[in-house]
Amino acid sequence: MVATFVYGLINSAVLLLMALGFNLTFGISGVANFAYGAIYAVAGFFAWSLINTLHLPFALSAAIAIVVIGLAGVYLYRFILTRIRGLVISEVIATFAVSLVLLELLRYFGFIGSKYTLPVFVKGSVDFLDTYVDIQRLLIVGFAIVVLLALYLFTHHTRMGLAFRGIAQEEHTSLSLGINPERIASWSMGMGAALSALAAIVILPLGTITVDGGYDVLIDALSVCIVGGLGSTFGVVIASLIIGFAQQLTAMYLSSHWTMIVSLVALLLVLAMKPSGLLGHQKELEERV
Amino acid sequence: MGTPPAGSERASYRKERIARGIKARSDDIYALTSYSEMCYLLFPRLVPIVGIVVVAFFLPVYWKKVVLSTCTFAMLAVSWDFLSSCGMLSLGQALFFGLGSFVAGSLNHYLNLPVYVTIPAATVIGSILSTAILLPVIRLRGVYFAMVTLILPLMLMRLIEATKILGGTEGITRLSPLPNVWVEITVILAAMWVALFALRRFISSDYGLIFVSIRDNDRAVMASGINIYAFKAQALLIGSAICAFAGAFMAHAYQFTGMPVFAMDYSILPIAASVIGGIGTLAGPILGAFILVPLSEFLREFGPLRIVFYGLILVICVVALPEGIFHYLSRKYSEMERWVKIE
Repeated sequence: MVATFVYGLINSAVLLLMALGFNLTFGISGVANFAYGAIYAVAGFFAWSLINTLHLPFALSAAIAIVVIGLAGVYLYRFILTRIRGLVISEVIATFAVSLVLLELLRYFGFIGSKYTLPVFVKGSVDFLDTYVDIQRLLIVGFAIVVLLALYLFTHHTRMGLAFRGIAQEEHTSLSLGINPERIASWSMGMGAALSALAAIVILPLGTITVDGGYDVLIDALSVCIVGGLGSTFGVVIASLIIGFAQQLTAMYLSSHWTMIVSLVALLLVLAMKPSGLLGHQKELEERV
Repeated sequence: MGTPPAGSERASYRKERIARGIKARSDDIYALTSYSEMCYLLFPRLVPIVGIVVVAFFLPVYWKKVVLSTCTFAMLAVSWDFLSSCGMLSLGQALFFGLGSFVAGSLNHYLNLPVYVTIPAATVIGSILSTAILLPVIRLRGVYFAMVTLILPLMLMRLIEATKILGGTEGITRLSPLPNVWVEITVILAAMWVALFALRRFISSDYGLIFVSIRDNDRAVMASGINIYAFKAQALLIGSAICAFAGAFMAHAYQFTGMPVFAMDYSILPIAASVIGGIGTLAGPILGAFILVPLSEFLREFGPLRIVFYGLILVICVVALPEGIFHYLSRKYSEMERWVKIE
């Protein structure tokens, strides 16, 4: 029972890390970044290449990967999304197409196999609440909490973070206060991408890096964000706890095949009963329904 | 005035577009009064219809099969365009296609029903199933609807993989084939043109106007006392019936149904075809499919790179050519351009 709790918590932390970047980009700039999962997979393979072909130390490769992927996100916004801002269909099609291009290119260049793994930060396992847990898994929980706190401090106590929230609330007013919405939106895209890369580097050591993993991450991030109420960070935390524990219980009492279905069921239930998500606000309700 | 002026002069000229006289006249009932106007109206409709039949007649067997899959994708694309005209952005045409295919396959394999029963039955059952699955989320708009439709086919694929129902990862093979390739081509071509012209007529009717206005401003439609969810459900029924037919047909044409019917190809290619052809025209997506699918046959040796290629075309078209080919062609056909001096 305690083991279930511990692993459920870890699973929730994984989901939270996966969803935070997507949620940030959507909450600030209103762009649903369907290339999010692709960015995750690309970050994993990029870090792998840095470590295994350039033989850089792990910490340095991770840092380079996060920064480069973040910049790539900024330029993805500047070159493609700026031109179609506000056209929802075009935004979705463009980011979705970028995602396909990235993932299928990876598949074409043969990034498939069990050799594609990232090293764990700290080897070994510890006894935590009478359960043997890999230290890496505990680190994921730690990272999730740290990222969450950092995001809170960033959006509430820095000038740039306040600008982020400004354009999310009222773009035209923030323009009159000297905030450039285009630039801030491109940064929010970059930060979303960087968070995705961070999640990849923290989570991927648990398994192999796969191309299809990119699609899975997108699905997980989407379900967690929709269930929680898009743009609401606290909602995302709650949703990842609910889905994380539900998945863990399903894996325990049914079979691990069914875990992917859990998020879909949660999604459909929430959308059918409370379309704005668990903690979505009235404003978001207007947009969605 | 016909040629654009060169050099620094150009800045003081602008391009003016005027509908051709024959266009203005044949928009009305007067078309019936002269052969030239009737030909003007019939030419763009008859040329593709007759042209494809004639060309398909002379093609070798392999390319006849390509015509089949082109028509299938064209139907998926028309359906995508219809749904997007009703304000429903679908990223999962594979869901409708796959359900049709699986229903036809199961009816044929488990109940031994003949082809001429399974295809109509799968069209109806598949569309009802698709609508029923999407009914809980029918209130969603824009991105949210797109997200759910993107997730559903992937999930169904996982479900089949996990539970090993309906043939599991192997799929259901050796379904009964259609009589011969001529029947196949006739059926799918007829279905494609019926879908196109029926939808075009439907959209331009008073009833169809409601569907388009849901896309343009759903609040206004609600305020007019119309239940938009009922209309969205109808749009889903119509759109998914077209895809389900295509799926059922392909199940019998390839004598196979299985997990690949939920593959990304069936979701992404209709969107690419619509974007290239021109969103909102219904005929444009067919044009796009007839460009993209044969082109991808030439690229077959590149394998997975084909999807990369579609993706690149999509990004470029969405950003640089948002209008689409069909809008361009119809403008050239029905309007004339001239340069006029800015006063």
